[in-house]
Amino acid sequence: MNQTDDWDLVVKPLNKWYDLRLKEILRYKDLLLLFVRRDFVSVYKQTILGPIWFFIQPIITSITFTVIFGNLARISTDGIPPILFYISGITLWNYFSDTLTKTSDTFTANANIFGKVYFPRMIVPLSVVLSNLIKFSVQLLLFLSVWVYFLITKDDIHPNIYLLFVPFLILLMGFLGLAFGIIISSMTTKYRDLKFLVGFGVQLLMYATPIVYPLSIVPEKYKWIILANPVTSIVETFKFAFLGIGDFNIWHLGYSLMFTIILFFIGLVVFHKVEKSFMDTV
Amino acid sequence: MSKVVLKVENISKQYRLGQLGTGTMSHDINRWWHKVRGKEDPYLKIGDSNDRSVAGGSEYVWSLKDINFEVEQGEVLGIIGKNGAGKSTLLKILSQVTTPTTGEFKAKGRIASLLEVGTGFHPDLSGRENVFLNGAILGMSKAEIKSKLDEIVDFSGVAKYLDTPVKRYSSGMMVRLGFAVAAHLEPEILIVDEVLAVGDAEFQKKCLGKMKDVAGQGRTVLFVSHNMAAVKNLCTKGIILKNGQLIFSGDSDDACNKYLGMSMDQAQDSLELRKDRTGTGEILVEQMYFSDFYGNSVAQLISGEYVKLNLKYKKTIKENLTDVFLGITIRNESDIVQTVIATDETKTALNVNKNEGFIEIEMPKLMLRGGSYSITIMISTQANILKEHKILDRVENALFFTVERGDYWKVGNINRPSGYLQDVAIISK
Repeated sequence: MNQTDDWDLVVKPLNKWYDLRLKEILRYKDLLLLFVRRDFVSVYKQTILGPIWFFIQPIITSITFTVIFGNLARISTDGIPPILFYISGITLWNYFSDTLTKTSDTFTANANIFGKVYFPRMIVPLSVVLSNLIKFSVQLLLFLSVWVYFLITKDDIHPNIYLLFVPFLILLMGFLGLAFGIIISSMTTKYRDLKFLVGFGVQLLMYATPIVYPLSIVPEKYKWIILANPVTSIVETFKFAFLGIGDFNIWHLGYSLMFTIILFFIGLVVFHKVEKSFMDTV
Repeated sequence: MSKVVLKVENISKQYRLGQLGTGTMSHDINRWWHKVRGKEDPYLKIGDSNDRSVAGGSEYVWSLKDINFEVEQGEVLGIIGKNGAGKSTLLKILSQVTTPTTGEFKAKGRIASLLEVGTGFHPDLSGRENVFLNGAILGMSKAEIKSKLDEIVDFSGVAKYLDTPVKRYSSGMMVRLGFAVAAHLEPEILIVDEVLAVGDAEFQKKCLGKMKDVAGQGRTVLFVSHNMAAVKNLCTKGIILKNGQLIFSGDSDDACNKYLGMSMDQAQDSLELRKDRTGTGEILVEQMYFSDFYGNSVAQLISGEYVKLNLKYKKTIKENLTDVFLGITIRNESDIVQTVIATDETKTALNVNKNEGFIEIEMPKLMLRGGSYSITIMISTQANILKEHKILDRVENALFFTVERGDYWKVGNINRPSGYLQDVAIISK
């Protein structure tokens, strides 16, 4: 009997750190899509308004921001109608924060499934990114209609050629959220301390991002803090492209891109390392 | 031409006992510090073997230690062992739910594991949606599930409820649907935990049949069970795990016999030294043996003969125990209860006044047919409407014994083996 060594699967305690088994994800693409479908269908089952909730949330937040930051605190919006200013920021920010918070408990929330069946764990956070992308697209429609309305009625909005950057910005935002999410998720399987930080950390991060204020009103002295936040330049470019306010700086965007790539890569490695043994510590 | 499709090499798994908490961090740091200096993990050297009944000195325990075996294509391998022997850990490793601490395994083809049925069912989704979801989780493609949907629905027998959310299902229906999906997986290697112990008898039979089919199609099955009858019936090979170690590997019949023999060996440890007993210990059963009418112990029991079961007890408290309950359960080699002797049924008032003594149970005509049996014994306070019983002493498998086929009816015929004999009068009219 000639025992050939063409094993399909070899499982060892430690694989090479770069052996991420990404090919497997392709084999499970159907599962990815089914998870996305599940997320959608299940969230709005037994609700009356169903997917309309997608719209209600950003509308109400925008109105609240307009009242509090615009009318009460009188924070500048660089001459843009407040509701349009806030909704543009909120739409993009929600995409980022939802992706981050929902991927950050991948391991703990799915422990019961992960404990019984093997499939590439990365499928779960990826499905979160996809379903948030769909949700974002729907909310983007809302933003676009508000934007078109003001575009027709007012003439201080100047969309420009950088609109071509928008798909890239969306992709970048998704990956950035995912990268943070999987790192946090990997780090919270054994020590749950970080979990407490995520909820309010994301909220704090929003105030370190030009969502409720334009970058232009930040004093020069503190600007570097805001710019060190990789989300800033993405939001700024987004607003610049649609509204023509703020400024576009290719270096700042390049920084965000590098930040995302490096963070995502670290995330992949850490996530893969943790996925193999987290069942013992979760 | 047989081909090895699964090869397990030196797999070990270490777990840390107790809780994860503040102390864990220092161990992690120590471990990391050793790694930085290029030294071996300090915690891998220590660790007790996995024997639950003895409290070990170490926080670390080897749930599996140096497991090696191979499975060839088309084989059905039974994995047997007591609770805590490491069966589930082994399954988890082979299903890639967790990784071994050391060692590796190699496989050819797809592995699908069935540690639970209906994994990932979402209560709000309909039966149909869940079939797709569950199938995909188990590794099927959408097209594959679609082509088998009719078969799956047919097998599960819940066709009528297919578009109802599964949260409205009865638990039995959920299990049926879950198993139906799993049964239509077509992996090269299938790993099955004792999920067969669910559903009604008819459905169980269907499941066993399906498992046999799977094996018949040249696919490989790993089956974990306590049920010796199922292992003998289904499996071609068997391995026995004990305290995390592989102690036997071979033919499934041999493995079953060896396993039963092992349990017997353990019973040879004299009863008074057994640690795996439960109860308050106010009274302890120290010895148990069969004897003849005159009290001479007998090694071989024969159906239909007079026999006496003797219990030697020790009372550890000063007070007398009045009106205690004594229960004796006799099981056969498949762990199925054959008969129960209970003093509340017979309205026997048992009072224990002495510090040491005997309880004798006379059996004028032994009604067990030939075979191997085990006795579980329990002494407790009487239960009544007002209070539950309190277990004083309970020992599982306190005594193993075999019964030789005899001539119960005294007609010169040797009785058939297995089961018990019923006193009858047969009259034709």
